[in-house]
Amino acid sequence: MTADVVAIDDALAQYDPVMGLEVHVELNTKSKMFCGCPTEFGAPPNTQTCPVCLGLPGALPVVNRRGVESAIKIGLALNCEIAEWCRFARKNYFYPDMPKNFQTSQYDEPIAFNGWSEVIVDGETYRIEIERAHMEEDTGKSTHVGGATGRIQGASHSLVDYNRAGIPLIEIVTKTIEVPPAKAAAVARAFVSQLRDLLLALDVSDVRMDQGSLRCDANVSLKPSGTTVLGTRTETKNVNSFRSVERAITYEITRQAAVLNAGGKILQETRHWHEDTGITTSGREKSDADDYRYFPEPDLVPVAPSREWVEEIRATLPEAPSLRRVRLQEDWGFTDLEMRDVINGNALEPIVATTSLGVSAAAAKKWWLGELARFANESGTDLDALPVGPAEVAEVQKLVDEGTLNDKLARQVFEGLLAGEGTPAEIMEKRGLALVSDDGPLLEAIDRAIAANPGVVEKVNSGKPAAAGALIGAVMKDMRGQADAAKVRELLNAKLGI
Amino acid sequence: MSDLTRKTAAELSELMASKQASSVEVTQAHLDRIAAVDGSVKAFLHVDTEGALAQAAAVDAKRAAGEELGPLAGVPLALKDVLTQEGVPTTAGSKILEGWKPPYDSTVVKRLKAAGIVILGKTNMDEFAMGSSTENSAYGTTHNPWDLTRIPGGSGGGSSAAISAWEAPLAIGTDTGGSIRQPGAFTGTVGVKPTYGGTSRYGLIALASSLDTPGPCARTTLDAALLHEAIAGWDPMDSTSINQDVPPVVAAARNGDVSGLRIGVVKELGGDGYQPGVEARFHEAVELLTKLGAEVVEVSCPHFEYALPAYYLILPSEASSNLAKFDAMRYGLRVGDDGTNSAETVTGLSREAGFGDEVKRRIILGTHALSSGYYDAYYGQAQKVRTLIARDFIKAYEQVDVLVSPATPTTAFAIGDRINDPIAMYKNDLCTIPSNLAGNAAASFPCGLADEDGLPVGFHVMAPVMRDDLLYTVGAALESALAEKWGGVLMSKAPELVVNR
Repeated sequence: MTADVVAIDDALAQYDPVMGLEVHVELNTKSKMFCGCPTEFGAPPNTQTCPVCLGLPGALPVVNRRGVESAIKIGLALNCEIAEWCRFARKNYFYPDMPKNFQTSQYDEPIAFNGWSEVIVDGETYRIEIERAHMEEDTGKSTHVGGATGRIQGASHSLVDYNRAGIPLIEIVTKTIEVPPAKAAAVARAFVSQLRDLLLALDVSDVRMDQGSLRCDANVSLKPSGTTVLGTRTETKNVNSFRSVERAITYEITRQAAVLNAGGKILQETRHWHEDTGITTSGREKSDADDYRYFPEPDLVPVAPSREWVEEIRATLPEAPSLRRVRLQEDWGFTDLEMRDVINGNALEPIVATTSLGVSAAAAKKWWLGELARFANESGTDLDALPVGPAEVAEVQKLVDEGTLNDKLARQVFEGLLAGEGTPAEIMEKRGLALVSDDGPLLEAIDRAIAANPGVVEKVNSGKPAAAGALIGAVMKDMRGQADAAKVRELLNAKLGI
Repeated sequence: MSDLTRKTAAELSELMASKQASSVEVTQAHLDRIAAVDGSVKAFLHVDTEGALAQAAAVDAKRAAGEELGPLAGVPLALKDVLTQEGVPTTAGSKILEGWKPPYDSTVVKRLKAAGIVILGKTNMDEFAMGSSTENSAYGTTHNPWDLTRIPGGSGGGSSAAISAWEAPLAIGTDTGGSIRQPGAFTGTVGVKPTYGGTSRYGLIALASSLDTPGPCARTTLDAALLHEAIAGWDPMDSTSINQDVPPVVAAARNGDVSGLRIGVVKELGGDGYQPGVEARFHEAVELLTKLGAEVVEVSCPHFEYALPAYYLILPSEASSNLAKFDAMRYGLRVGDDGTNSAETVTGLSREAGFGDEVKRRIILGTHALSSGYYDAYYGQAQKVRTLIARDFIKAYEQVDVLVSPATPTTAFAIGDRINDPIAMYKNDLCTIPSNLAGNAAASFPCGLADEDGLPVGFHVMAPVMRDDLLYTVGAALESALAEKWGGVLMSKAPELVVNR
């Protein structure tokens, strides 16, 4: 029995990963792509349907103009060309959650094509080429009941909810991502993460990976290092967080390397990523024989966005991420190194949001890259999935600025927030964390420190005021940290006459 | 009062407007006629007696209240079973939809209802409109009222038989390759295929989306025009519908002046394979139009000979995809759902039991034509031919205003004659198919009886996109000239059917 996987370093020593991403984005249009049904998430099953999205005999689709506009926005933001004329196509295959047994999609005439995007990983900029972004509709959602795994195998029956059928989707397909092998998985993660920020800024999607409004499929194959012999690829689905993009790709690299090392063959198949166990398992075997019999959708007229319309849309686009980064670095006064840490730490957006609440960039960076990054890392979550958001950071920092907390105490407040102990005020109350701002107890502590350290006082009196630092330390220790050090210094200096 | 079923829609409309007859009386007369003769004609799959009488009563009430009503308010109509009508069984002639009651009205039905037109019931058709004889209906063949041993044409044989059996003055058909015009020709009635996009397909159970066109069937040109006007026009629910005013079809049908009209006889649509009696009546009609002042020339459309093979690639391709939704998961027939079979098996068993041979044949053809590796040679090539045929039309319309030909190569054939020879069956539609491929308007008007068999012959008129009015100009001119000759409409020559009492 051979090992299921090899170590990633060993895998990368022998093979170069070849990787491509397909990202599905659910748009946040009010109505579905081809009918007027609402798109709200979480409605009771089959309550947001009509003859069109149920595919009833005789019903016909009509294109949602807002969906096309969003597709163009995304295309432009990814530096794509926008088709002057394109059509929808039918992708024919049978599945019960697809009401018409074909998906209305686009085939060889996507609305947007030939684009690119840049991501920064470890300070290096990598260019991701975009093959295309095309419009399509989502399928219904199947729930398999009665099995142990929730998968169709072993289920006693399946339930289908057609609320999702017809929700507008944009599928973004990258070309082969060509980066140093060791960076492949991290670049993929950075791309998806940046794409999310971009989609949010464009306001075209809720981009909730947990709700499936951003779904990522990763195509991975291996070729022996330094060769051009392409391997068989697998398509890993169900990759539903930024971290899992990186983990799933890394896993596939190590799994495929083990199979190849053992003399085995990689099957062309769909694989499912399991977030809990951190592995992929085989899904449907895919072959080149899969034939979707695409042909132009005869129920829809071609989409021909006028150049004027495209330019109008371009004019509404937010600042490009790369330009925005330069501007932010300038505004914040960060060094290149600091900015690199921020980006590598996925802390850019949290810091933007926190500074917009009145917090200084330096303070925002300190918390997001310090306490919060450490916690996210330890608990294996993304920074923006933490129970602490920009609002909480701003609230805590305000308490620091007011002198109610110092950094050390603030860290304890964050600890409490992350543990779900309540609001900052409640945590301070429960943990007894507020700084002592009353002069009385501080002066008493100062007196005790002076009495206990006659040698230090002597040094100060002999013309070495820097020695007073030791007394401040003693006072802070006496106050168990719950004192504002600046205040202590002020009172002590007055007392010592320096 | 003379028999209400022998009146035209326009006449019935006048009778009702002048309160000489109520819609309930008119509707009841036609329901009675259906009860009397449909046992032998078998035009209807479903007669909605209650619904029709309720609609009629509602129109009468509106009229009594002095509300303004459309020109066809209260007139009964037979609806081809391929259009959805809320709550009324709709099968498209297939077992796979047996028992299905649509939860919504097609746009055509919505407009019929808005016009106050009374829907008597649903008419028989070849399964999913695949056929030229109604023999492919899962519910039995409709008989031609002119000769009950003959087919009434198809796929809309039920609609044409209904109006030629005096069961309804008006009917709705759908025309994908001739399914309105060929039955019209075979039953001595008027059948119009409007410009593609001139009438909405919303709620029309799709055969081939890029070809299907709903249209009017009637016994007179004016009746057809009135119905055309009631159902036509832009529909936001059908993105292939044309956002333009409906051509002035009623005015054209009332006027019928062909003097100075340039008429092109299509050289390729005639000669070998055409029944002599059909050609004789056709040429007489052309002469008649010349006498009325039309300028007639011969026109060549060289690519029409490839229309049939192109059509039988495009249609099955689209149909194979359109019919995929019939998977037994959500509605219609479900076979083998005994708790042990997978969804896939149930779908397979249901489609096996629910689809007839012709439907299976075309699904297989279309699936093959769209397959990777064959697409370019079949579907792709057929689309190129389609473009060439459209160009033939455009070139022809530079020389003439309308094109004409026989509607069909032969008159109605005997039941069972061609059902085992698909190619012979397909050849019925030689003259009608080019207009579907190009999306043009076209119609068949009665032009006499063939000498050999005494059966009706159809005169086929083709007009440019959104010039449907020209069809009615020609049809009306021909109709009045022939009526003078015959002493009435051609239908008055039809033999009387035996009436069941």
